[in-house]
Amino acid sequence: MTTPLRDPDADIRRRQRSRAKVMALILGALVILFYAISIAKMS
Amino acid sequence: MTTASIQPQSAIGQIAEPCLADWRDFVALTKPRVLTLVVFTGLCGLLSAPTSIHPVLAFTAILCIALGAGAAATLNQWYEADIDALMKRTANRPLPAGRMDRQTALHFGVGLGVFSVLLMGLAVNILSAVILAVSILFYVVVYTVWLKRRTPQNIVIGGAAGAFPALIGWAAVTGRIDLLPVLLFALVFLWTPPHFFALALFMKSDYAAAGVPMMPVVAGRRATRAQVLLYSLPMAAVAIAPWPMGLAGVIYGGITTVLSLIFIGMAAQVAASRQDDQAAMKPERRLFAFSILYLFIVFGALVADRMILA
Repeated sequence: MTTPLRDPDADIRRRQRSRAKVMALILGALVILFYAISIAKMS
Repeated sequence: MTTASIQPQSAIGQIAEPCLADWRDFVALTKPRVLTLVVFTGLCGLLSAPTSIHPVLAFTAILCIALGAGAAATLNQWYEADIDALMKRTANRPLPAGRMDRQTALHFGVGLGVFSVLLMGLAVNILSAVILAVSILFYVVVYTVWLKRRTPQNIVIGGAAGAFPALIGWAAVTGRIDLLPVLLFALVFLWTPPHFFALALFMKSDYAAAGVPMMPVVAGRRATRAQVLLYSLPMAAVAIAPWPMGLAGVIYGGITTVLSLIFIGMAAQVAASRQDDQAAMKPERRLFAFSILYLFIVFGALVADRMILA
């Protein structure tokens, strides 16, 4: 029994989506970190 | 049943054609398992300092140490993709396996390194940023590019790169360098040869296949085993030194003395071994595993000692 080949384009799009989500999370975390650093430096 | 995959596969010694990298491959480039030890020693350097800083800045300092170490590991893999492809242990890394192209790894490594140093300088202090920059450059330029393919002393000198985090953690809090973090630097520096020589003893064929002049490949197993024991002695002396010098208390002194004696005992077993079959090298494998535990416990004991006795 042989399963069908996966679509390469779909696989690349899936990776692009997961990379975009991780990048969004990192940028969000950096915004929070820079805000927290600013508060810590002022205190 | 067979399942076809678009994931490029590479035989050992052959770098596969790259495709779009997954985010997990970027994480793999930073050598997360090595990072745990780097972050831990950095954290211990920070926590054993006599003063304290704001928790947010402490977190930022540790984050910068982790990112800087990740950058150094990434640039190491970028430069060594050809020899990684020749070794079983490293052939499945993102670059030799063809899951990422080299330029992407280079951009990621440089970007991460510059970001970590800038953030450390702006958020914590200049001294810790300078030491972080020196540690990244030392690992990439001195160890990876200059020493690794040229001399069996590669990890002896290159071991300094892994010794910086405790110094950075201390400098992040105090803004200066004192005797205790210098001793911690010396401890990791002297711990590196027995740790990596033990690994190289039971991985000799991998290193020989890749043409890396590790000590067992160049000087033979007997000389390497003797050096494991020789380096263990000053390492133990430096590890115990903070206790009689009054820089640490009895908790650190007791734990470190016992563990150092066990380390020397295991190193003596390695030195006495004449085993040439890599699969049967139990003393070498035991010492390699114990050496990691040793460093974790010694640094942990220092923090516990300074927190309890303070």
